[in-house]
Amino acid sequence: MSALLTSAAGVLLLSLGGAMWRIWRGPDAADRMMAAQLVGTGGVGTVLLLAGATDWRMIDVALVLALLAAFAAIAFVKAISLDGSGDPEESDDVAEIVAVKATGARAADAG
Amino acid sequence: MSGLAATGFDLMLCALILGAALAAIAVRDLFGAVVFFIVYGVFVALAWLRLEAIDVALTEAALGAGLTGVLMIGAVSRLERLTSRDQDQDAAGPQSPPTSSAARIATMVGAAGIGGGLAWGFITLPPSAGLQLAVAENLAASGVENPVTAVLLNFRGWDTLLESIVLLAALIALWSLARDQDWGRRPGLRQHARPGGVMATFGRLLPPFGFLLGVYLVWTGSAQPGGAFQGGTVLAAVWLLVMMAGLKAAPRVSSTRLRWALIAGPLLFIGVGLAGAVAGTFLGLPTAYAKPLILTIEAGLTLSIAATLALLVLGAPMAGDGLGPDQPDKEPAR
Amino acid sequence: MLVDGITCALIGAGLLFFWAGTAGIIRFPDTHSRLHALTKADNVGLGLLIVGLALQAPDWLTLGKLAMVWALTLVAAGTTAQLVARAAITKPAARRGPASTAAIPGDTVRSKDRAS
Repeated sequence: MSALLTSAAGVLLLSLGGAMWRIWRGPDAADRMMAAQLVGTGGVGTVLLLAGATDWRMIDVALVLALLAAFAAIAFVKAISLDGSGDPEESDDVAEIVAVKATGARAADAG
Repeated sequence: MSGLAATGFDLMLCALILGAALAAIAVRDLFGAVVFFIVYGVFVALAWLRLEAIDVALTEAALGAGLTGVLMIGAVSRLERLTSRDQDQDAAGPQSPPTSSAARIATMVGAAGIGGGLAWGFITLPPSAGLQLAVAENLAASGVENPVTAVLLNFRGWDTLLESIVLLAALIALWSLARDQDWGRRPGLRQHARPGGVMATFGRLLPPFGFLLGVYLVWTGSAQPGGAFQGGTVLAAVWLLVMMAGLKAAPRVSSTRLRWALIAGPLLFIGVGLAGAVAGTFLGLPTAYAKPLILTIEAGLTLSIAATLALLVLGAPMAGDGLGPDQPDKEPAR
Repeated sequence: MLVDGITCALIGAGLLFFWAGTAGIIRFPDTHSRLHALTKADNVGLGLLIVGLALQAPDWLTLGKLAMVWALTLVAAGTTAQLVARAAITKPAARRGPASTAAIPGDTVRSKDRAS
């Protein structure tokens, strides 16, 4: 069983190389962030498989990784908010952006 | 563990660690470099697991893949805001001078020298079985069953005491970057989120579990992997989340309660050390009382480490977005 | 023996979802489709893996920890997906990164208004 679990951990680890490619390519910051999220979840899975293969005490590392999984993403959406410390949900942004785009188009037409 | 599967796993892990490290340096996009650094932290935590150093893996997972990522994303954001403001406001203002090639070469030579020196030191290191045997022989006298905790808080208490003071010194250095008129304010940007939104809900949902995990890691640290630093880092992350979700503002840097929390760990540690000095040796723990003493010190250290790390991520006290003197004072100084 | 077989099957299925997630994050054409791929790996892939491993858990504490890992990942994945997706729609800055908040289209529109 131990060898099988280790092999499974290897197969999982290999798939994370694909996520690394996406971080390299981007093109958007959001793409990089999501790929990092995938590596985080894959890391949790790898830790669990290693724990099953060798030592169950390792599972605490998976707990820490899972608990902190969303922190980088929250820091990211804050960093790209207007003042660097907000929340993408704060204003009805979708409507706002559509409106801004419309006025922008009108302004361009007028100019 | 069977050899072939493990060897394959290790080779792949090494390749991924090297790949992430190289990509973090080579990628042109600054944010991409930070993301590679976070990913690097996940892989390094896995490497520590393969080396059966679960304590270190816990620290790397909490710091490398967790808090440092938050810190660096915030730093990139602030750096870019500063740059764009400078471009907007004073295009003719002071620009950083272009780095001369002499300076670059000097930096390269210096870095290569340090790297070469370290490599030489490592290669010429006399072969040694390490201290595992010595620790195992004396573990019974240390009061705890986890050899790592025994070394950190009993056999080499000095190192840990000084480390906790270094952390405090780092925070004082950070705070000293505040402008005079901002002194006494709350540290970092004013965090806000939509009340009842996804971020605020997450900020309410996670802390109970995070608190449980943080305290568990400290408690279990005396017998199993874990300890004050790992638990403190998790608690720091939980506190940061509460602040980032806009549920509770950061305390003012002038708050007396905050300052007691910051020095509680080092103070307790020094107090126990002095009591030991009266009884015989500084920082010497009598075997009979070693376990309760270690747990007391760890409790204090956890509080201080959690508070210090969270405040290090938040930054210096500032008004508004802290970008310059043209910011209106929204909050009166104390 | 039967339990080991079920574990293998579940872990195999979980790995399949992880690989599907990776394939999606490489192959899908835009940010929001890729988000869709990511959440499959997060929610289902890790879930199958954890159920498979739970059959091998030596004690109740380990079982509880496995359940907590899954619960935490589900909450984290849901939160991240919501916030990043919304940020990617509403904040064109998400296209280039924290670098470009100064250049949101709203600002250019407003400066155009002022000029006219």
